[in-house]
Amino acid sequence: MSDTSWVIPFLLMIVKSLVLLVVLLVFIAYVLYADRKIWAAVQLRRGPNVVGPYGLFQSFADMLKFVFKEPVIPDGANKGIFLLAPFVMGMLSLAAWAVIPLSDGWAIANLNVGVLYIFAISSLSVYGVIMGGWASNSKYPFLSALRSAAQMVSYEVSIGFVIVTVLLCAGSLNLNDIVVAQDTRFGLLGWYWLPLFPMFVIFFISALAETNRPPFDLVEAESELVAGFMVEYSSTPYMIFMLAEYVAIMTMCALLTIMFFGGWLSPIPYPPFTWVPGVIWFTLKVCLFFFMFAMVKAFVPRYRYDQLMRLGWKVFLPISLFMVIVVASVLHFTGWGAGLGQ
Amino acid sequence: MDVPAFFFTLFSTVMIVSAILVIAARNPVHSVLFLILAFCNAAGLFVMLGAEFLAMILVVVYVGAIAVLFLFVVMMLDVDFTEFKQGFLQYLPIGALIGAVVLVELFLVLGNWVAGSGSVAAVTTPVPPGMTNTMALGRVLYTQYAYLFQGAALVLLTAMIGAIVLTLHHKVGVKRQNIAEQNARTPADAIEIHKVASGKGL
Repeated sequence: MSDTSWVIPFLLMIVKSLVLLVVLLVFIAYVLYADRKIWAAVQLRRGPNVVGPYGLFQSFADMLKFVFKEPVIPDGANKGIFLLAPFVMGMLSLAAWAVIPLSDGWAIANLNVGVLYIFAISSLSVYGVIMGGWASNSKYPFLSALRSAAQMVSYEVSIGFVIVTVLLCAGSLNLNDIVVAQDTRFGLLGWYWLPLFPMFVIFFISALAETNRPPFDLVEAESELVAGFMVEYSSTPYMIFMLAEYVAIMTMCALLTIMFFGGWLSPIPYPPFTWVPGVIWFTLKVCLFFFMFAMVKAFVPRYRYDQLMRLGWKVFLPISLFMVIVVASVLHFTGWGAGLGQ
Repeated sequence: MDVPAFFFTLFSTVMIVSAILVIAARNPVHSVLFLILAFCNAAGLFVMLGAEFLAMILVVVYVGAIAVLFLFVVMMLDVDFTEFKQGFLQYLPIGALIGAVVLVELFLVLGNWVAGSGSVAAVTTPVPPGMTNTMALGRVLYTQYAYLFQGAALVLLTAMIGAIVLTLHHKVGVKRQNIAEQNARTPADAIEIHKVASGKGL
């Protein structure tokens, strides 16, 4: 007498997840390619240009190379945790995509607490780093893991406060509702990047630090720590770490798009622009933010570790905390805080 | 077995097993990792109860922050944990006794516990219909009991300042950076240019 009404939604969910996974991974293959091409263009190099036309298949060639190499596990390593770490990292970074709406209602799970879910998932990704660094049983990975864990935890604080200001404006924790709240007749000018401009900048910089991108890539600072917590990793586990890193970067770009750049909304809210499907706008915006990530990597020198910590705790934290108070007061006294469900 | 029952069994089984492994694991780092697994499953149980806000906060606060500190401490301590295990059998009877007492007490309290007919109505802040539990919690904490909440925050702040004051030592003779001073430097007061006559040096 068991209830079987769950079977069809369940299968539908699996199919949706698989489609998203495949599209996301192919997209990331080209994001990696774009990252290298942009970096190369800034330095007047050609970048990958051998595999396929214009080097378009470079990422796939790299993937095959990693997969067919022999995974080396250090002798003194804690084998289970050593192999678990990249998978934890990969799984967590992909799990965040379950709640990201690609267009109106196009999310695998339209959670009421979507933002909190992403925040929780990204706070877990520090475990991949710590586990990998510790299990390698080597000094450099361990030092680097501690460093990067401290870095990620520090910048999560300011990211949290930035998210709070967005939530105050939108009156919801649901990512779909946050985008809908930005749908005004002003289009581009009605999105939250304009009224919350300082928070937008802070979020962008914190996102760089949170995903260990240059100029905050102290995790893999070659000159001091060889290659960070991934020194002992090779072949497929290493590839999964790399993949997780790029998925996390995409997640951050998607979050920037959703919270400050109107998600799937068209920048000019009148036809013919509104005829373009939301997914295309969303993808274009994500690409725009990734371009910014790539440019920062190309021309900003690396921060020193103490400067990084100082920026996080002594600059971003007070500013974002102050802005939370300002935004809350403005919304309260002007009555603009619509939709708070009074 | 229907779906909720399946997930309840899954989450609670994994949680109990990992809780046992927390105390049974030989490697303390494994213990902490099992603790994290137990927290995650507890979050799953919260989601099943419809308390999604609590679930996410549990993950953010306990797993994302507190357990990271645990892991840091355990990884950095270089303690020979086999020594601790030596006395395990010796303390086993006492531990088992305490565990048994707690278990019996729990059964006594919860075994016959039935929510009284008036108790639901007597709740001071019933959950208003049509409200997500994030909103309901927010209203209770930040609107209804805002002053008490601030009071609790002050107590925590005092504790934090106290801990910092107790452990902060200002060593004398340590070179410290003064960022403002560093930023205020100009080439004029940082560099000296000398014309060195050849063969003489400075």
